Amino acid sequence: MVSGSGLLAVMVMLPFIGALVPGLMIRAGRDACAMFTAVPTLLALIFLGILAPEIMAGGTVTAKIEWLPALGLNANFFLDGLGLLFAGMILGMGLLITLYARFYLSGEDPMGQFYTYLLLFQGAMLGISVSDNILLLLVFWELTSLSSFLLIGYWKHLPEGRQGARMALTVTGAGGLAMIAGMLILGNIVGSYDLSVILQHGDEIRASEYYLPALILILLGAFTKSAQFPFHFWLPHAMAAPTPVSAYLHSATMVKAGVFLMARMWPVLAGTDEWFYIVSTVGLITMVIGALIALFKDDLKALLAFSTVSHLGLLTMLLGLGTKLAAVVAVFHIINHLTFKAALFMSAGIVDHETHTRDIKRLGGLASLMPATALIAVVAALSMAGIPPLNGFMSKEMMLEEVAHTDWWGGKWPIIILATVGALFSVAYSFRFIGHTFFGPVRDDYPHHPHDPPTGMLLAPGFLAVLVVAIGLAPSLIAGPIVAAASTAVIGGGELPYYSLKLWHGVNPALFMSIAAVLGGAVLLWLHRPLDKAWIRTPRPEAKAMFDRVVAGTVLGTRWLIEGTHNGAISRYLSIFVVATVLLGFAAFQGGGLPEQTREMLPVPPLVGVGFVLTMLATLATVFAHRNRFRTLILVSVVGLMVSAGFVYLSAPDLAMTQISVDTVTVMLMLLALHFLPKYTPLESPLSMRIRDGVIAVIAGAAVAALAYSFLLTDMSPISDYHLANSYKGGGGTNVVNVILVDFRGYDTYGEIVVLGIAGLTLYALMEALLNGPASRRLRNWTFPPDRSRDRHPLMMVVATRVMMPIAALVGVYIFLRGHNMPGGGFVAGLVISIALLMQYMASGFAWTQERKRFEYHAMIGWGVIIAGLTGAGAWLAGAPFLTSAFGYFTIPPFEEFELATAMLFDLGVFLTVLGAVMLMLYSLSRMARYAGETVNLEPMDYDPSRRVDAAIEADKKDDA
Amino acid sequence: MELVVATTIGGLTAAGVYLLLRLRAFPVILGLTLLTYAVNVFLFATGRLAVGVPPVLDDAATAYSDPLPQALVLTAIVISFGMTAVLVLIALGSALESGDDRVDVTEDANGEGDA
Repeated sequence: MVSGSGLLAVMVMLPFIGALVPGLMIRAGRDACAMFTAVPTLLALIFLGILAPEIMAGGTVTAKIEWLPALGLNANFFLDGLGLLFAGMILGMGLLITLYARFYLSGEDPMGQFYTYLLLFQGAMLGISVSDNILLLLVFWELTSLSSFLLIGYWKHLPEGRQGARMALTVTGAGGLAMIAGMLILGNIVGSYDLSVILQHGDEIRASEYYLPALILILLGAFTKSAQFPFHFWLPHAMAAPTPVSAYLHSATMVKAGVFLMARMWPVLAGTDEWFYIVSTVGLITMVIGALIALFKDDLKALLAFSTVSHLGLLTMLLGLGTKLAAVVAVFHIINHLTFKAALFMSAGIVDHETHTRDIKRLGGLASLMPATALIAVVAALSMAGIPPLNGFMSKEMMLEEVAHTDWWGGKWPIIILATVGALFSVAYSFRFIGHTFFGPVRDDYPHHPHDPPTGMLLAPGFLAVLVVAIGLAPSLIAGPIVAAASTAVIGGGELPYYSLKLWHGVNPALFMSIAAVLGGAVLLWLHRPLDKAWIRTPRPEAKAMFDRVVAGTVLGTRWLIEGTHNGAISRYLSIFVVATVLLGFAAFQGGGLPEQTREMLPVPPLVGVGFVLTMLATLATVFAHRNRFRTLILVSVVGLMVSAGFVYLSAPDLAMTQISVDTVTVMLMLLALHFLPKYTPLESPLSMRIRDGVIAVIAGAAVAALAYSFLLTDMSPISDYHLANSYKGGGGTNVVNVILVDFRGYDTYGEIVVLGIAGLTLYALMEALLNGPASRRLRNWTFPPDRSRDRHPLMMVVATRVMMPIAALVGVYIFLRGHNMPGGGFVAGLVISIALLMQYMASGFAWTQERKRFEYHAMIGWGVIIAGLTGAGAWLAGAPFLTSAFGYFTIPPFEEFELATAMLFDLGVFLTVLGAVMLMLYSLSRMARYAGETVNLEPMDYDPSRRVDAAIEADKKDDA
Repeated sequence: MELVVATTIGGLTAAGVYLLLRLRAFPVILGLTLLTYAVNVFLFATGRLAVGVPPVLDDAATAYSDPLPQALVLTAIVISFGMTAVLVLIALGSALESGDDRVDVTEDANGEGDA
């Protein structure tokens, strides 16, 4: 069904798209803002309504959008009975909450923000309810945690709001992480991340050895989200949110996400002893404890919060029982709880709004002052208590009936008693909610004199209260079809068990339990005052304090770890890094033995032996003589030269050319830097530290050497054969290394020249900052050592570099041009030309040379990247992918046949970027010298023979003075 | 030959690591240079060693060395130059601001120095 799937996908998107609007529309006024929040919700609800008949008839609607198929992550949606129920609840409640919040929020609250968050949350919840892909579901799951964080902390000025938001995010976020692991295990067992596939493989999952870990991890996610014991503590603290948020998130939707997940996974996870005992026990404990605490809460919203905890426990327990009938009851109770609890939250919000307090002990007698609110609250609370003929009564009766037939921990009685006690507390706190708020004598010390709110605020709770009564009176008519559809989805299809939604089920065990609960509840309320005193005296574990201690402990531990390992001294990071790498390598070697050696060792000719000894000696000397920095620089360049020679010998001419030219530039760079660095490294580290570092270094070196030796003597099948075979045919060049750079792996090269260009610009920017920062003061007062050469620009050097310049440039061009077929190419050519230019700088000074420069180095980098990029993009014109190269052979007399390739244009980009970046870097460094008071010479050389000799002598004398 | 190359890599790594753990910026940069040599040779060597068979297509050639690691190392050499340059400048900056080029200054000590 094409149109259906399209509708479904659009429906999921609508809240997200709509979320952009309220933030903007708030300028048009609060009514417009609320209106524009309602529009996407209403549209989505209409779409849902269009899809509903098909679902009710037992069908499903799916929408598949491929996203990352390689990871099994697709934006697949499917709508079945359960999804329909939840989507309907989310959207319907969303509309009511939008209406209610319009009147609830005051003019000072940023309402646009509120509605944006609300729609984000709504979209995330909707996503959870219709996701077909569990990875996608996880994404939406985390989105609800994030958006609820924003909503709970909406009143940013309240510390409780911020703390509550943090706690909710921590607990539900941590649970979400556990659930990700569980879902991944589940996906691995089945081999698919699609829910519709997973749901078909229940037997396989339950038989898997990973069933229990997956179950526990997924339940952790569900229990934290649905505030099950012992994770229930975050929900009451989340009550710092504005009441519309509490009504929406914390009674109707988000906290039910855990229940939804358990229902969704019911066909595959339920039915085992582990499921039964874990889920039903946790649910039952939560139900009783939540109800008990609710009885002694004075804050109206806290009372409702714990009552929600208790009811969520009830739902969890029902799903945990694992029978089909219990699942049906759970579905029915989800609907009923939504109606009465949201109405109660809204009434509590109205009371708070009108009297400016939520403290039950300061309220009472409101029934005559705000009759409409009282009527709504009484109806809803009686339903919560399970009084006929309201809907809460029915689902509670069915729950008790179901419990009465269950063997739990070896008998019927424990669960019957506990469930009855839970129901009894529930009756007591429901009665207290209305009794102590609305009835009793009218007081004269309300913080604010109350009266009924504007009709707009009453509409939403009023509608819900009507539903409470309507479902109670005509359950099969109103709730029957959706309960049937959703239940069928929960139990995984097939025949529904026999049940009937009606008020009177005859005289059965549930009736007696119910009567006991109501009577007991009334007695408890009557005894509330002394009980309350006793409760206050009893020491109880305070969840907030415990949570804060855990957080503080974690912060302390983390700080200790960070300050120990990450204290700002780079030598510590590096030693940790090296030791960790060696240890990891060691651990990796434990896995399997070394591979068999299949290669013969190559002989070592005497010359290579000499080179090896030289390298080793230079390396050793570098280490032992590193305190004299100039000398070390020479030693290091010996090593570099030997490495280049090694590349020549081992058939890598391109590498040798690159290495030798890079080394040249590097040494120049280091020399420039040494100008302003200390010339000697003082002996600071104690002997013990040097020995420790030496041991680390030797172990690291030995490990790398062993690794290299081991793989050098084993064969492998490289992918390079492809490159060798296609270099000429496909890339038009015989120098395979160059063809790989500009063609096969052109994208990599493109990235690398961009990085190099960025490095050059970074250097320029850093130098700019440095010269304008505190360092510039030190630079201006710089005194150069007295033993400096006074012949800074010697005649011989100036003349030699001038002569060399065109030759070097010619060599550079030659290397560039032949690069495609012989060793060479853009990288090497760029370096060679920059060396030729740098020689001019060295000979005549930077300032002198800079004045004669025609091109800006920044621009050169930019042009290089642009040319390379345009060459790559040019391939699009030919209908080929980015950076596909083309080439052809041409003959123009009197030349020989020659080749033109687009790759050469790309290489030109490489050339320009390399040249520009290298020159920019060295130019930037040289700027420091002039800042430090280096004289700018106007002549190309210090002693110009064309000037008269005596004038030169005179000038010399002047210098001395 | 393989033993020679492996020893060279190991020696360069050891020297590089030792200098990397020194307390001044300049030896650290030199250590990084040596370590770069080691890593580049190591990467290059993953194509296995061969003498006299450069990867330049020729009808007379009987074998070629592995071109792919060479291409990778070529760009690595150029990039590491860029990184060295940035590092040198950072070292220069901190040396000019604090008067010496120590690298083991902790954040606390730094904060006091600034104040």
